[in-house]
Amino acid sequence: MTHSATVAEPLVRLRNVTKTYPAAKGRSEVRAVDDVDLDIAAGDVQAIVGYSGAGKSTLVRLLNGLEPATSGSIQVGGTELVGLHERQLRPIRLGIGMIFQQFNLFESRTVWGNLAYPLQIAGVGKAEQQRRISELLHFVGLPDKAHTYPRNLSGGQKQRVGIARALTTNPSLLLADEATSALDPETTHEVLRLLTRVNEEFGTTIVAITHEMEVVRELADHVAVMENGRIVESGAVYDVFSAPQQPVTRRFVGTVVDDEPSPDALAALRSRHPGRFVKVELREGGPRQTDIFAVLLERGVSFELVFGGIEEIQGATFGNLTLSLDGPATSVDEAVRELAALVTTKEV
Amino acid sequence: MLTALPTDTRLGELWPDIWQATGETLLMVALTMLIGGTLGLMLGLGLYLTRRGGLYQNVVVSTILNVLVNFFRPIPFIIFIAAVQPAARLIVGTGIGTPAVVFSLVLAAMFGIARIVEQNLVSVPPGVIEAARAMGATRARIAATVVIPEAMAPVILGYTFAFVAVVDMSAVAGLIAGGGLGSFAQTFGYRQYDPTVTWVCVLILVALVQVIQLLGNTLSSRILRR
Repeated sequence: MTHSATVAEPLVRLRNVTKTYPAAKGRSEVRAVDDVDLDIAAGDVQAIVGYSGAGKSTLVRLLNGLEPATSGSIQVGGTELVGLHERQLRPIRLGIGMIFQQFNLFESRTVWGNLAYPLQIAGVGKAEQQRRISELLHFVGLPDKAHTYPRNLSGGQKQRVGIARALTTNPSLLLADEATSALDPETTHEVLRLLTRVNEEFGTTIVAITHEMEVVRELADHVAVMENGRIVESGAVYDVFSAPQQPVTRRFVGTVVDDEPSPDALAALRSRHPGRFVKVELREGGPRQTDIFAVLLERGVSFELVFGGIEEIQGATFGNLTLSLDGPATSVDEAVRELAALVTTKEV
Repeated sequence: MLTALPTDTRLGELWPDIWQATGETLLMVALTMLIGGTLGLMLGLGLYLTRRGGLYQNVVVSTILNVLVNFFRPIPFIIFIAAVQPAARLIVGTGIGTPAVVFSLVLAAMFGIARIVEQNLVSVPPGVIEAARAMGATRARIAATVVIPEAMAPVILGYTFAFVAVVDMSAVAGLIAGGGLGSFAQTFGYRQYDPTVTWVCVLILVALVQVIQLLGNTLSSRILRR
């Protein structure tokens, strides 16, 4: 997972992209995607997070033209998609793989048949088909399942077949629509590792739609947060995680890394810990924990960690610790002042 | 009980005719399933593809097809066979006999099968179709290589159901001088007060239906098991 250089022309370039569904019986016009700008560099893994109904599923379907945009510009590999006819979109789709939450494998075909399908559409010869399918089955670790029907596979195996099928035509872009949402945590981890390998070994650009921050943390280089059809926040994963700006982003980040205790939790903590509560933000490149604790020890302030934790995101340390400080009031005051000079703190 | 069994049955001398009638039933049903089954598949595909959200969504065509199917489907076959007699004269050249019966059966079966096919195609998960679209497949290719194969097992059961219904309808053939076990049972069983003949015909029909149902079930579950 590397931060790709942004000097090169992005593989995907969205400008003022809007998708509205016309008013129908019993509901007014729906603006599913609202004036979205987004650049995705070649070789990047871009996550798009949001709650259901935020418009992320629609957004990803605009990228291969499964849904036509209402207005704006969508360029994939330099080709403008907006305004193209279904017939003109088909050859473009051969260069864009897609995987799904429900896997969407053809139940009437074996694993081999599933992988052969896109190759048949692409008009690839039998010998080349064989070579490609066998190569990909080895890549996803299912060479012995070639003649198995999907119904006899586990969820994780199905998604690995889905990934292999999406890669048969060597796409430069892979769209993942909630690809791990139907899987248990262990299997999710396996599939994410596989997607990371796809990105690293084939250089495939990945756009991953998800509502799970675990997916963002494990897989993505960049993340965009969607709410009500708009991208409300976006950037490198570490930046967004370490300094979330929007409330929706904070809620998402809070699902994987603790920020500060909720009011309820705080009340419960206070009843057990009499000290002053200070939240300390640890960021990569900032002071280390030992520096922080040294300040407290010097002042003779005793402390307890009552909430929070340390995470590693894209190889960088990141955490929020809520400490309960105890000792003579003047010492605690001085310690708090000194901490504030050292790192970002907040009394809670 | 035993004394109630008729002793003056003509069953013995009628056996060759019974077998011939069985053959006629088989021929009528087979022709109907072949022609009506094919037309019904096409009509059912049309209903499925043109419906709202379908691959070839088209309100006008969809409405026309639905009105057509809904018009013909509820007509009881015994009336249907008489109602389409003029059309039979026009198309197969006669309003009576086995050809006219087959003509009526084909029409009736086509509209019934169309609905069965449509209902089973609707059960194909939309996500699978979306996956094929995302791969760049044309709509025609999706219909032929995704929708139909994915719905094959229930469609076969649907055809089995239609098969049995056609055997049932074919018994009315006697009304317009068609052959088969149904009219034979009426002519030589019911009207001749010979319940033994009636019951032999009934049992042959039951055996026929059993065999068809067994074949349909086996084929369908063989497809499902994969």
